[in-house]
Amino acid sequence: MTILTAILILLALAAVFGIILGYAAVKFKVDEDPVVDQIDNILPQTQCGQCSYPGCRPYAEAIANGDEINKCPPGGEATIHALAELLGRDFVPLDEEHGEEKGKRVALIREAECIGCTKCIQACPMDAILGAAKHMHTVIADECTGCDLCVEPCPVDCIDMVPVEVTLNDWRWHLPGAPETIQKTELIATDKHPAPAQDSANDAANDKKNDGNTEASA
Amino acid sequence: MNWQPNKHLYTFHGGIHPPENKQQSTQAAIETALLPSKLILPLQQHIGQQAKALVQVGDQVLKGQMIAEPNGYVSAAVHAPTSGTVTAIEAHALPHPSGLSEQCIIIEPDGKDEWAQLTPVVDYQQLAKADLLQHISDAGITGLGGAGFPTAVKLNPSEDLPINTLILNAAECEPYITADDMLMREHAAEVITGLQIMAHILQPEKCLIGIEVNKPEAIAALQHAVDELQLTELITIERIPVKYPSGGEKQLIQILTGMEVPNGGIPADIGMVCHNVGTAVAVSRAITKGEPLISRITTITGEAVSRQGNIEVLLGTPIDTLLAHFGVKQDKLHRLVMGGPMMGFTLDDVSLPVVKATNCILAATRKELPDPAPEQACIRCGMCAEACPASLLPQQLYWFSKSREFDKALSHNLLDCIECGACSYVCPSNIPLVQYYRFAKGEIRIEEHERTASDHARQRFEARTARLEQEEAEKEAKRQARAEAAAAAKKAKEAASDSNDDKAIDPKAAVVQAALERAKARKAKKAAETATGEVADDTPSKQPAVDKDTPKLSAVERAKARKAARAAEQGNEQTTDKAAKKGGLSALEKAKAKRAQQADGSKPSEQPESSSKAEKKGPSALERAKAKRAAEGEQLTNSDTAAVDNTEPAKAMSALEKAKAKRAAQSSDAESTAAAAAPVSALERAKAKRAEQAQQSPSEPAAEEQKPLSALERAKLKRAQAADNEASVETSAASTTDRPDSADKKPMSALERAKAKRAEQAMQDAAEDSAADTENRD
Repeated sequence: MTILTAILILLALAAVFGIILGYAAVKFKVDEDPVVDQIDNILPQTQCGQCSYPGCRPYAEAIANGDEINKCPPGGEATIHALAELLGRDFVPLDEEHGEEKGKRVALIREAECIGCTKCIQACPMDAILGAAKHMHTVIADECTGCDLCVEPCPVDCIDMVPVEVTLNDWRWHLPGAPETIQKTELIATDKHPAPAQDSANDAANDKKNDGNTEASA
Repeated sequence: MNWQPNKHLYTFHGGIHPPENKQQSTQAAIETALLPSKLILPLQQHIGQQAKALVQVGDQVLKGQMIAEPNGYVSAAVHAPTSGTVTAIEAHALPHPSGLSEQCIIIEPDGKDEWAQLTPVVDYQQLAKADLLQHISDAGITGLGGAGFPTAVKLNPSEDLPINTLILNAAECEPYITADDMLMREHAAEVITGLQIMAHILQPEKCLIGIEVNKPEAIAALQHAVDELQLTELITIERIPVKYPSGGEKQLIQILTGMEVPNGGIPADIGMVCHNVGTAVAVSRAITKGEPLISRITTITGEAVSRQGNIEVLLGTPIDTLLAHFGVKQDKLHRLVMGGPMMGFTLDDVSLPVVKATNCILAATRKELPDPAPEQACIRCGMCAEACPASLLPQQLYWFSKSREFDKALSHNLLDCIECGACSYVCPSNIPLVQYYRFAKGEIRIEEHERTASDHARQRFEARTARLEQEEAEKEAKRQARAEAAAAAKKAKEAASDSNDDKAIDPKAAVVQAALERAKARKAKKAAETATGEVADDTPSKQPAVDKDTPKLSAVERAKARKAARAAEQGNEQTTDKAAKKGGLSALEKAKAKRAQQADGSKPSEQPESSSKAEKKGPSALERAKAKRAAEGEQLTNSDTAAVDNTEPAKAMSALEKAKAKRAAQSSDAESTAAAAAPVSALERAKAKRAEQAQQSPSEPAAEEQKPLSALERAKLKRAQAADNEASVETSAASTTDRPDSADKKPMSALERAKAKRAEQAMQDAAEDSAADTENRD
């Protein structure tokens, strides 16, 4: 009897857990490999296709399926580092075959030369080029990811890729000791070693202050 | 007076005590503004959006005239500090650690110093808060303590953050700087008025002025002003101990109230607003005098100038002009610093202008500010952590920043660092810690910006992809629709050509035939009517004559005739069906025809109602043709009956049904008495009823001929079938119409069947007549 009870209990438990597991399998089903999303978030979304895939997401899927992580020139080393960390792979330098890291650039149409062919508009993956047939086109610089894709189709070669100028809003401090560090940006508070002359000046000043204090208190 | 710090105050963690070096510049009174030969006014002198220029090159401007308006909520206006001409609006190097150039309005003073029309507020107490804020915003006031945040924005915290304490920051903790000190000494009344206006706007419970005890003259002046204005209940002057960085906003709040601004929050989150004394004076002038912010007090100090002191300087004054005014010793000048030695930054260009946030120009000699000693390895002494006023772990932050582990740096609250430099100051290894933090903060900010940008790019790309897909799908759908239309057109064309080829089964031919038949039927009917109305002998058709001669055809003859009729009918049906299938008839018509046929077939001679229902739905060409044909036959039968009736005038009935019923009755009467004695079967009753009903219809006008005609048609069909059953001559032609009939018969008793048979037999005459007639005509 006890054995039967035990078996029944176990069967009941098995049934209950089976139902729970079955429900969970349906309810929390993951349609897509979540790592693809994570990789896609790291990729710079220029959609330039320099990795030989038609966009960032396809490359993310390819990476998830074992492709190399060093095929993204716009992302550069930072992206490779981030991918290496995410995927637990070793850092590999950027594959020069796919291009070199050039820094942020935007397309600029030499508007006087534009013939209004709309070819660049069709090529732009960001819809960042404004214009109409037989009318001058222009690049919405804020939306441009600098993917280069509009340069090739232009029949009159009037599109330049220009480096983005640093403004006050995106200027940043350099790492101290890095080659680009400029002396003038150093924090002067580190220069605390007072010269003897200043010491004496300070002393004098302190004396004066003390005098003042005494006078005031008096 | 007691110059000791107030005892009830709180303190903050860490802090340092660097040499103050303030006395050098407090010896002389504030000098009045000098008029330089050129004023350079950057459009960006504040935190937030760059202002938008309102003037153009060549414009004459007056002192206090707005030359650039705020461009957005967090932005500040720029005003002309003196009258003159706008000579250029161009990129000029800014006093900023980056040394970048930005748009500046360059004014050449005309020397008249002519004021524009000012609009002072007579009684600010009468003005609404929004109006006061607008005045302050129009005056282009930003925080004058160093950060340069637009004051109007800071005075307008969100509604759900009630302000209970307004703090005036008079600590001025950074070494060398005495601008606020001198301002308070000389313009204490204006400071208090400004504070009053701010208090009027914010309506705090109390106002605190935090001032370090190393400014006794300023404290005395402020106290005097407060006493004079009888504001001691509202305003408390708190003497705080000298410690760097007590002038930090968060640190001052902590000293005065013991409360800490939450991580990532602003003082308004805990009901506090903190303003600089210089800002208070600017607010006071903007409201009571209508003067915009066109000048500020700046300390010119350092060993490299011969005269150290404070000067009220017009904004945009080039620093070299100032330095020349204060007798700079170029050979001694080693480093030119804007701001204090702790948080300021080095300038490498003396042509840079004084901006709203320029509280100090430090012209230091090499001895004063020597080049930084080389950075050495961190020895983990922990002095930085002891000095940190924000209670952070500078060492950890240093490691994380250096190794670019920004996530970890963030989790160690890197963003709470106020970059005061206390850690760098105490570091025995001369590590420029704050630079590392600034670097890390910049990287984090840029990373965040890039992430936002890439998310945005992804959204745009996905939206574009979706749009293209949709366009493609729409195109595909259109293409498909066009292809289908083309296919249909082609089919129709083919069908048309087919029907042209095969005229025998052409729907047109069927229609023509039907029309012909209709015409014939009409003619026959007319003839029949004449026959019925007049004398039967005069009937124009030869058939009645034949009938008259031989009232009953032999069985063989009848069968032949029936067969012929059936064949003719089937052929006709097939033709029509075929024609309908070929597309000559519309789908609706086809369906109707089919339905009508089904109704005819499945319920042969059941109820006239159903037939009339079918009729109501609109007779198809086929049906009409059939009906006509049937009518034709019936008319002929009628005329035949009429001929018969002629011999028996007592039983004169007009229509076929009458004849049928009568015949049925006659035959039952004449042939079998047993049958007569037997009860009338349901079938017979139904037939009788039908006959009675039909009796009325023929007398109706010719316009309603369709209805009885259809009934007649079915009657004809049924009769033909019944004959079929009885004769059993023909089995191959068994059609669907047979089955319901036989099914009808099944439940009948033998007697009834016999009766029915007899009745039907009796009806055969008419049926065969009509069939023969149809055959003849077909």
